[in-house]
Amino acid sequence: MSDDPVTRFKAPVRLDYTVTAGSVTADFLREILKGRLVGRRCPDCRCVYLPPRSACPTCGVITTEQIEVGPNGTVTTFSVIRFPFEGQVLEPPYACAHVLVDGTDTPLLHIVGNCDVDDMRMGMRVRAVWAEELKPTLASVRYFEPNGEPDVTYDSFSGHV
Amino acid sequence: MRPVYVAGFAELPHLLQDNLLDEPEMVQRVTAAALADAGLGRDDVGFTCSGSNDYVMGRPFSFATALDGLGAWPPIRESHVEMDGAWALYEAWVRLQHGDVDVALAYGFGKSSLGSVEAVRTLELDPYSLAPLGIGPLPLAALQARALLDAGLATEADFAAVVERSRRDGNRNHTAPMTEAMSAAHALTLPYISSPLRGHDGPVRTDGAAAIVLSTEPVGPRIAGISHCIDAHQPGFRDLTVSRSIATAAAAAGGTSGVDVVELHVEYSSQEGIVLRALGLDSSVSVSPSGGALVANTPMVAGLCRIGHAANAVRGGAKRALAHATSGPLLQHNLICILEPA
Ligand SMILES: [Zn+2]
Repeated sequence: MSDDPVTRFKAPVRLDYTVTAGSVTADFLREILKGRLVGRRCPDCRCVYLPPRSACPTCGVITTEQIEVGPNGTVTTFSVIRFPFEGQVLEPPYACAHVLVDGTDTPLLHIVGNCDVDDMRMGMRVRAVWAEELKPTLASVRYFEPNGEPDVTYDSFSGHV
Repeated sequence: MRPVYVAGFAELPHLLQDNLLDEPEMVQRVTAAALADAGLGRDDVGFTCSGSNDYVMGRPFSFATALDGLGAWPPIRESHVEMDGAWALYEAWVRLQHGDVDVALAYGFGKSSLGSVEAVRTLELDPYSLAPLGIGPLPLAALQARALLDAGLATEADFAAVVERSRRDGNRNHTAPMTEAMSAAHALTLPYISSPLRGHDGPVRTDGAAAIVLSTEPVGPRIAGISHCIDAHQPGFRDLTVSRSIATAAAAAGGTSGVDVVELHVEYSSQEGIVLRALGLDSSVSVSPSGGALVANTPMVAGLCRIGHAANAVRGGAKRALAHATSGPLLQHNLICILEPA
């Protein structure tokens, strides 16, 4: 018998889940398979959420209306990623950005491609670029890219930053 | 103590698997229904408290996600317990004692269908001495049931009688899932799954949510007393055939004299006798007329539902109804809430 103190022991912890998205997110993912971005509108304050929310966090009511939005949008803010990590879709450097998709009130966090990072600007106009094979995930939008429209003013999106 | 009343209660149907509603939608629907039952609006609520568990829901901060359903922007006064909603109601009751808030909302939500409640409960045991053994809630309950049989405090026929009554009553409760009717005699012919317990001695695990609105206005059943008490976590450190924490909590809540209805948070049929004996009651009172937690066992919700159904019993004419909620292994932590007509 050893008198050495016990300093460690292994107790692996693992829990498995089968998560269901719920009907609101499931509807959103189904539309993605058709190459469409669909948000949900609050019946009270008319705010359009993307990704959709089942309930409006401001009004506390069920969002009832599904509306197609995009495919264009505005970069409200961004950050340039300069380091590599596992699972990256684009080669660094590239930008991740909040994109206020046209017709929505909540910026969508996504990435911006086909754009020199030194050209990234708040107010820049972009459009969704879809993957060749659509899957029920937001990654089916590969990235947003500049759409050639002139920049919009900060005041035009300052309520959504 | 400042008098507090149950102004409204609602529960979603307890479903074996709810694939349609996400957390915010569950919370929105159930809290809106409870507020409607109380004749109150969202803006009347001065304090909100929720009960849920991220390990049950399989995602971090699920309680924060669920707040969307409340309309919590601009910010509201809100709190959370990683426990059954019955303890959220307790915190709401304490909050109303402060005197500056008159209406409080307590809710709980949970889904059994996303993962394994048994696996979660196993990991809740002592991480050094018990969790590595992988002893889940069913084998533990069987150990307790065996202790009851050996002590001469119960028979397997007693367990079967609880199953028969729970299923009969549950099938009359439209929020509980339909279960196969089962006579006690038939139940006793079915095989053991963890001796001396059979499959039907355990809970029907479900998905769902419940909400209760508390008010300091006498608009519903009055909370005559509420208290909770806890035993040692390690099952080996207690006499499993008795529950001191239930007896202590019941005494602190004003005692069980005159109680005519009890709603018990019993997960295994074998535990009902332990709870009744600790309360100093027997089956001459109406026991879990809703069908109880055996037939509609939504995690983090089943305890709060006992309080809601006890309130419904008072609304229906009961003179003194007792609700019991439990948490932890083998009736470790127990809450008693006694309701009387306003
Ligand atoms: Zn709204």
